[in-house]
Amino acid sequence: MSVLKSGTLSQERIVFLFAIVLFVAYAALLNGFLAPNNLVAILRSVSVLGILAVGMGIVVIGRGIDLSMVAVMAMATAWQLAMMNAGTPPLIATAIVFAGVVAVGIINGLLIAYAEVPAVFATLATASFVFGLVRSRFIAQDAVPVPPSASFILEFGQARLAHMPIEVVMFAVAAFLSFLVLRFTKFGRYVYYMGDNYQAARTMGIPVRPMIIGQYVVSALVAWLAGLITAAGLQSINTRVVNSTLLYDVILVVVIGGIGLSGGKGGMRNVVIGALLIGIMLNGMTILDLPNIYQNLIKATILLVALIIDSRLNPRDEQVGQQGDI
Amino acid sequence: MTIKTMLARTLAAALCLSTLPAFAQETGDPGPAFVQSALAGKKVVLIPLALGFDLAQGWNHYIGSEVRGFGGVWETRDPNWDTAAGAQAITDLISSADKPAAILVHTPDLTSYSKLFKRAQDAGIFVIQVDNRSNFASDAFVGSNWETLGELEAKAAVAACGEGSSKKIGLIQGDQVNSSSLDQYAGIAKVLKDHPDFEIVGAPDSNWDVTTARNVATTLLQQHPEVCSVIDFWDNTAAGTAAAIRDAGLTGKVKLVTTGGGEELDCKALEDGTFHAVVMTDVKGQSRDISALLKFLLQSGLKPGQAKSWIYTLETATTKADLKPGTCWSLKDVQAAEAALAK
Repeated sequence: MSVLKSGTLSQERIVFLFAIVLFVAYAALLNGFLAPNNLVAILRSVSVLGILAVGMGIVVIGRGIDLSMVAVMAMATAWQLAMMNAGTPPLIATAIVFAGVVAVGIINGLLIAYAEVPAVFATLATASFVFGLVRSRFIAQDAVPVPPSASFILEFGQARLAHMPIEVVMFAVAAFLSFLVLRFTKFGRYVYYMGDNYQAARTMGIPVRPMIIGQYVVSALVAWLAGLITAAGLQSINTRVVNSTLLYDVILVVVIGGIGLSGGKGGMRNVVIGALLIGIMLNGMTILDLPNIYQNLIKATILLVALIIDSRLNPRDEQVGQQGDI
Repeated sequence: MTIKTMLARTLAAALCLSTLPAFAQETGDPGPAFVQSALAGKKVVLIPLALGFDLAQGWNHYIGSEVRGFGGVWETRDPNWDTAAGAQAITDLISSADKPAAILVHTPDLTSYSKLFKRAQDAGIFVIQVDNRSNFASDAFVGSNWETLGELEAKAAVAACGEGSSKKIGLIQGDQVNSSSLDQYAGIAKVLKDHPDFEIVGAPDSNWDVTTARNVATTLLQQHPEVCSVIDFWDNTAAGTAAAIRDAGLTGKVKLVTTGGGEELDCKALEDGTFHAVVMTDVKGQSRDISALLKFLLQSGLKPGQAKSWIYTLETATTKADLKPGTCWSLKDVQAAEAALAK
């Protein structure tokens, strides 16, 4: 571990190196891997994952975790599309869903900051609640199509900026904005202080409780954005995604990129690198025609290795670690 | 309720009862009375993989109407794609005081529910499996012969490619545990044996997830842009495959063949060229089959587990040229009818 601790080989660098090695190996061994369109496809395939990881990354840096993101992503978008299908004007439907998404973020924040429920349990509960409420009350079936009247959503899904699909552009924008916020605003710096040492941050006079609420509102809104981009690309949203492994993939991207689960470390660069590694890995495995079960096995193994490295590099701090921390 | 109205009602009921045999005697038809005694009040429960998709909502409406029509009690359980929740629902039904006479189960895979089916039959419950087969032969299976279905898809894909084409086909499979996916593949492989010049260039799994389908289809088309046809194993995931074809600018060049419940969305996708051919499950006809089977089993005097049968739904590959009004059924209409019932 001495190499790891010396600082020359942080987890981020290991992952980056691994991504490059994988990239070179695939490029050498797999026909068509280096084709420009395939590289764009890799970026596109991880864009939604990456956007979710941006939101998750902010929360994890603040020493939290938001397990309700995928539920919010699917259910907010499905609810919005269902309303539009039923004839509600798009702007009104959007405004209602905006209020709903912000409310979910606030509820998460209140539960964690004031009721002091561990983030894992609070957000797991809201995830089930959001899914159950929307699925049973607001939508009639799993898959909700984008209504033909909302052609602007469909056009948005087809849009390209500088030859890049809109998903990739939105991922880049989300990551860059979050980078600016985390690096240059008071909110951003406070997130790091809180993640590093919650008690100290509180003693310093940082409004930690409102900050927590703010973080979960941001992650809920980012999740909704990911849902809208998914719907624009697929022309529908399928709420079955809530049962999928997407949430674990998001955590995988965050952890593998090197944002320690104990908080206070890492940044958007880690999210981008984590997403790229996953994208390169999955793309190559698909070109190799590996069955899904093996792909999941390989992903899970890499997550485990990343977690082990994470716990070695970022050991639990006896002084500030708390019961219920993740 | 006052004593007066109670008396009046009892009297009316007594009158009704006393007149019933008189009617039976009049027509001389023993049928209605026999059906009444065999079917009235019998509980039938549908346990699909989830209630939230087209096939399950179609069954719920069409079979439910029949069961309510013959005086039975119709119920559903919604495991919402969770195999454990489905198993729990079946277990609860077996041990409930008010046992159903029959359960209709949409099995998630080949083995998960097999022991439960045996237990249900031992408890006197008929078990009809719908759509997905399992390794356990219960009282009946009603649904697609998935191998035949795969053959139909492959034939449609071969025809769509045509003679002068690249003769390269891509598959977007479901997974490697579900009989509907495994058997479809077997059917496709069987047909392609008769067409040795055709080649499967890639066969990734979507894991029944639309985004995964899109990603793997994008990679497949990127690697093999000369592919002339793609077979996606489910119309839900085919939405993702269609997006990949659109993204690659290959709309019209790559013909997409899939299978689905024959809901309006399938017809729309055929109409606008998103799908080239859909092997449709005739949900109305299939529901009619299941209803007839229920009526038969409950009158037959058979005990659960005594006989078994497989009732395969007749299927055809539908293309744009075959579309007629009424080719597809409408989920909207079905939901409206169910909502009206609930009121």
